[in-house]
Amino acid sequence: MSGEAMNLTLRVWRQDDAEDAGRFETYNAPDISPDMSFLEMLDVVNEGIIADGGEPIAFDSDCREGICGTCSMVINGVAHGGQQGTTACQLHMRHFRDGDTITIEPWRATAFPVHRDLIVDRTSFERIQQAGGFISVRTGSVPDANATPVPKEDSDLAMDAAQCIGCGACVAACKNASAMLFVAAKVSHLSLMPQGQPERERRALAMVQQMDEEGFGNCTVTGSCEAVCPKEISLDFIARMNREYGRAILKSGCN
Amino acid sequence: MSLAHNIFNTSLGRKYLMALTGAGLFGFVVMHMLGNLTIFAGPAAINEYAANLHSLGPLLWVARLGLLAMVAIHIWAAVKLSAENKRARQVRYEGAVQPVDEDRKSEIVSRYASRTMIYSGLIIAAFAFYHLAHYTWKVPQINGVDADFEEFYVHEEDAGEEQVAFVTVLPEGKEGANGADVYRMVKTGFGVWWVSAFYVVAVGLLCVHLSHGLSAMFQSRGFKTKSTEKLINRFACTASWLLFIGYVSVPLGVLFGFVK
Ligand code: HEM
Ligand code: FES
Repeated sequence: MSGEAMNLTLRVWRQDDAEDAGRFETYNAPDISPDMSFLEMLDVVNEGIIADGGEPIAFDSDCREGICGTCSMVINGVAHGGQQGTTACQLHMRHFRDGDTITIEPWRATAFPVHRDLIVDRTSFERIQQAGGFISVRTGSVPDANATPVPKEDSDLAMDAAQCIGCGACVAACKNASAMLFVAAKVSHLSLMPQGQPERERRALAMVQQMDEEGFGNCTVTGSCEAVCPKEISLDFIARMNREYGRAILKSGCN
Repeated sequence: MSLAHNIFNTSLGRKYLMALTGAGLFGFVVMHMLGNLTIFAGPAAINEYAANLHSLGPLLWVARLGLLAMVAIHIWAAVKLSAENKRARQVRYEGAVQPVDEDRKSEIVSRYASRTMIYSGLIIAAFAFYHLAHYTWKVPQINGVDADFEEFYVHEEDAGEEQVAFVTVLPEGKEGANGADVYRMVKTGFGVWWVSAFYVVAVGLLCVHLSHGLSAMFQSRGFKTKSTEKLINRFACTASWLLFIGYVSVPLGVLFGFVK
């Protein structure tokens, strides 16, 4: 089923380091198979750049199967490209047409400073996780599956939230660079599980606090995050986080 | 971390404040429209309605101060949140959104109303200030006619004609003073085309603001889910249109002679 090879033009953001002002550069991407993934296409272009004695385009990737969340790039103005529920590494070149010009940019957010080319620093997400995205009860090693009963609806919802791979596309897509979809997924996931109860209030307060300190924006309910999320995390979780937060400030009171 | 800190100094706390004060202001906007519509029932109805409002005395001041507090909190939170949003995203993307199909594009790109909340809001605030100066403080220099609304009173001699059914209930000690002739004031005020035009534009912007705001406030307070979203959005859209029609009917009614 492999189709015709394509010739594409790439406009890629190049930036030498965090201090560099950066600029767009144009590259030809000849002879691209529609069966390649987007990252494989970039690999091919990089081979060409190296052969010509240039610096290859720096981009992040690890698993290349849509589960690690490192392949951060904005393709034609859309985080991870226009394909619904798909990471850049899982996006295939068959969605492009011969002769297309593709603009590739890094995530843009003050809380995600650009390291180099398409690579951004997302340790702000790590710090939010460290602020409360964990449980401290000892679950032991491989507990018996049914030792802690969880209602089916709750476990389903928790699983939906746990799908979040922390890629940062929600931040990249949001006009306010808000991290609320990410934080909502993390807060919701643990607050739905029995093991997450002891730190329930503390977690919501601490993660929101850290999110604010990192300089992310605020949700204005545009829905862009949900539309680009490769794991299709629902906006419902932001409403759930708002409830969790309201509950936490009431319960923690004036202390 | 105190309760006040968690409410006033955090993103989610301020979103709660936005949503609560927004809902309160929505309540005011609805009541105000219903009051305005009494003009179609004739001079007696609206003048009596106005006199009844004014006879509330201290209660009226409680309501006014409550409204003022809501406006202050709403604007304070709006300006703060919007400034943070600007700071959080300083670089725009060069690539134009051109996803696989149109439907997806409308989901990915934020809607006009949601993008312009701070601008529609600030224009509404400016209008509200003008509106107060126009009809509440009755500043004659800005009404565009050669009249001082301060002098529009229900006169005894009118009683025979236009003001037949109007009886002003005046507070203790003020008996004998005349009630304000709101009917004549509104009719004169909206007779000026540019005053009416500004009013229509401002009310239009208010309804654009609310077409997003009335839906967002459910999300901010955590009530919105995929199963209620459709209903909430329909409520936001319908309420905004009804408010728009209700409000603009008054100046248009005056301009086109439906208000006799
Ligand atoms: C009668 C007047 C007004 C009404 C009824 C109203 C109503 C609302 C409502 C219901 C919301 C949704 C709250 C939420 O996002 O959860 C909202 C949001 C907003 N309002 Fe107003 N508003 C009014 C005036 C203003 C004014 C004067 C400003 C000026 C600064 C303003 C600025 C905003 C902004 C920026 C938002 C978006 C907040 C966000 O999504 O983060 N509004 N408004
Ligand atoms: S490289 Fe792991 S999700 Fe794309």
